[in-house]
Amino acid sequence: MTVGKEWTEQSIQRIIDGLEHKPGAMLPILHAIQNEIGYIPEKAVAQIAESLLQTRAEVHGVISFYHHFRTTPPGKHTIEICRAEACQAMGCRSLEAHAKQSLGIDYHQTTANRQFSLEPVYCLGNCATGPSIRIDDDIHGRVSLDRFDELVASHQQDMKEVG
Amino acid sequence: MSQRIYIPCDTTALSLGADQIAEAVQQEIEQRDLDATIVRNGSRGMLWLEPLVEVDTAQGRVGYGAVSAQQVSALFDAGMLDGNQQHESCIGLVEEHPFLKKQQRLTFARSGITDPISIEDYIALDGFNGLKNAIAMQPQNIVDEVKTSGLRGRGGAAFPTGIKWQTVLDTPSEQKYIVCNADEGDSGTFADRLVMECDPFMLIEGMTISGLAVHATQGYIYLRSEYPVAHKLLNEAIERAYKAGYLGEDILGSGKRFDLEVRLGAGAYICGEETSLLDSLEGKRGLVRAKPPLPAIVGLFGQPTVVNNVLSFAAVPYILDKGGQSYADYGMGRSRGTLPLQLAGNVKQGGLVELAFGISLRELMEDFGGGTLTGKPLKAVQVGGPLGAYLPASQWDTPVDYEEFAAVGAVLGHGGVVMFDETVDMGEQARFSMEFCKVESCGKCTPCRIGSTRGVEVIDRIRSGENANANWVLLEDLCETMIDGSLCAMGGMTPFPVQSVMKYFPEELSAAR
Ligand SMILES: Cc1cc2nc3c(=O)[nH]c(=O)nc-3n(C[C@H](O)[C@H](O)[C@H](O)COP(=O)(O)O)c2cc1C
Ligand code: SF4
Ligand code: FES
Repeated sequence: MTVGKEWTEQSIQRIIDGLEHKPGAMLPILHAIQNEIGYIPEKAVAQIAESLLQTRAEVHGVISFYHHFRTTPPGKHTIEICRAEACQAMGCRSLEAHAKQSLGIDYHQTTANRQFSLEPVYCLGNCATGPSIRIDDDIHGRVSLDRFDELVASHQQDMKEVG
Repeated sequence: MSQRIYIPCDTTALSLGADQIAEAVQQEIEQRDLDATIVRNGSRGMLWLEPLVEVDTAQGRVGYGAVSAQQVSALFDAGMLDGNQQHESCIGLVEEHPFLKKQQRLTFARSGITDPISIEDYIALDGFNGLKNAIAMQPQNIVDEVKTSGLRGRGGAAFPTGIKWQTVLDTPSEQKYIVCNADEGDSGTFADRLVMECDPFMLIEGMTISGLAVHATQGYIYLRSEYPVAHKLLNEAIERAYKAGYLGEDILGSGKRFDLEVRLGAGAYICGEETSLLDSLEGKRGLVRAKPPLPAIVGLFGQPTVVNNVLSFAAVPYILDKGGQSYADYGMGRSRGTLPLQLAGNVKQGGLVELAFGISLRELMEDFGGGTLTGKPLKAVQVGGPLGAYLPASQWDTPVDYEEFAAVGAVLGHGGVVMFDETVDMGEQARFSMEFCKVESCGKCTPCRIGSTRGVEVIDRIRSGENANANWVLLEDLCETMIDGSLCAMGGMTPFPVQSVMKYFPEELSAAR
């Protein structure tokens, strides 16, 4: 996911134009926009509504229904912690508590340096080797508290490298 | 020929460092100037051994697991490529491993052996034989073969697949659809994921056969967004299938058409329910539709639609290749064929176990699972996902069979088996069931939407000892109301795990009572 990428009305419209011919184009469009710029800006809602001949309220209704879509910019990396049963059996409740404490944020929040957003997730299909987390598109298994700290540190690092 | 070294590319192997191992292996190959090639295969399903590195030897494939990147150099030193089995992480000949040897793999026959996106590999191991047979058959005969197999939907409800296809075949329409439910939302399940990541052509073949059987020309795979690896591999496999003429307007020169596209969900458990899934595919909020009409008659965009789980479609190529009867020869009672079970949670040897119906839960957890990972006594097991009951020790001898499970108030669902050791707080688990329903309810009906919120509150009161007895009775009533008054199984089954805790672990829900 490329986060925080510059966008313009035109760049969003290009995404919509490329997909609106598909039957049931709404979700593909929302995914494509979020993939491109990290979230669905308010402006895009109006453009989608107009292109798909729906009301803005309808588009908002769809966005708010799905946990995956967001309407505010995320941090550079999104960390999702699996909260579901198989990971619970391997201690994800303490992992959650540790993550919130060490990042200093709760779920659905972003760290002050805008490096990390924290989200809950209900199963990553990695249930035989939990607890599991996802950082951007990478899934990690057997995440002990120490391993979590290591992963966070390695993602902090690439911020320094990139500057 | 250059010697092959296999390093899996499924989510679990990747989540434990398979890419780093591949890099390290490549480095060793270059530094030592060896004639060896890395193949990224699928997973064997022995997930506790991931990353499981295999090498071709004269005796067969020898495995090393669970390998870490730091160990790679030492493995080469220890003569890994000569099939030297002395290293501590060597598991010997992979196919002789008891975990695999004791299974009856029909659906997962190829998993881990092949490169998932190699059509050549797929064809070399019976791939597309079923499709070739189906092309030469009348639609009714394809449907009859599936009926003969006795296959029942593997997504949870266990409805006979052949009968569903018959309804779609018998409903006239210009446009019909094949929809694959790849939302796999249940915790503790990953068999769908393994199919899509380790043998995606099997799913493509199964859906194409389904299209031929009911005269549908368009298929959609509704895939959960939580599966980025499956998404990438599926898309790659579909593209290759198009290029090789297994999909598109003229399948293998038959003049028959079938198009296939992956659509991503967006993190909503309820979209695994088939009617909610259809609304979502249509671009709406994923609200559950009242049935009837059945999706088989009024489905996607109002047209007749086959909706089946990944594993249901994945069973079809075997059935059309070897015959429905040969599938039906496995199993017990009305549960025919094999079921891919998934061992998860606190388990020593977690992974995929495909077996004919009939094994007991205990054998599964002990003989295959090897007990808990922590080594502490097993206390409870949740089978069938978040809506399934927690089963205490007294129920572990239940055979894996749809009807036998129903008889003890449990569900087999999608075959997920989540094990908990004695440290689990069952009161906390009951609370989570209600909390999950609160987060994931589609909101259409009151018993589910409001009931789950009240459920969390009431359980909190019981747990803190506030009017515990009165609140216990209230919780009993609430569960009944949700079961009786909900439109779908989300609200209708959420009480099952809660009631199982009330019945089998009452002291843990309410120490204060
Ligand atoms: C709340 C809920 C969630 C469900 N989630 C899934 C799912 O993730 N995958 C699935 O295949 N079926 C799921 N189902 C079952 C589907 O509604 C439907 O029965 C299934 O897709 C039919 O395919 P099958 O006959 O091949 O099992 C769910 C049902 C409910 C009520
Ligand atoms: S039971 Fe829950 S999820 Fe199912 S239709 Fe009603 S509100 Fe929606
Ligand atoms: S329950 Fe956490 S990955 Fe499945």
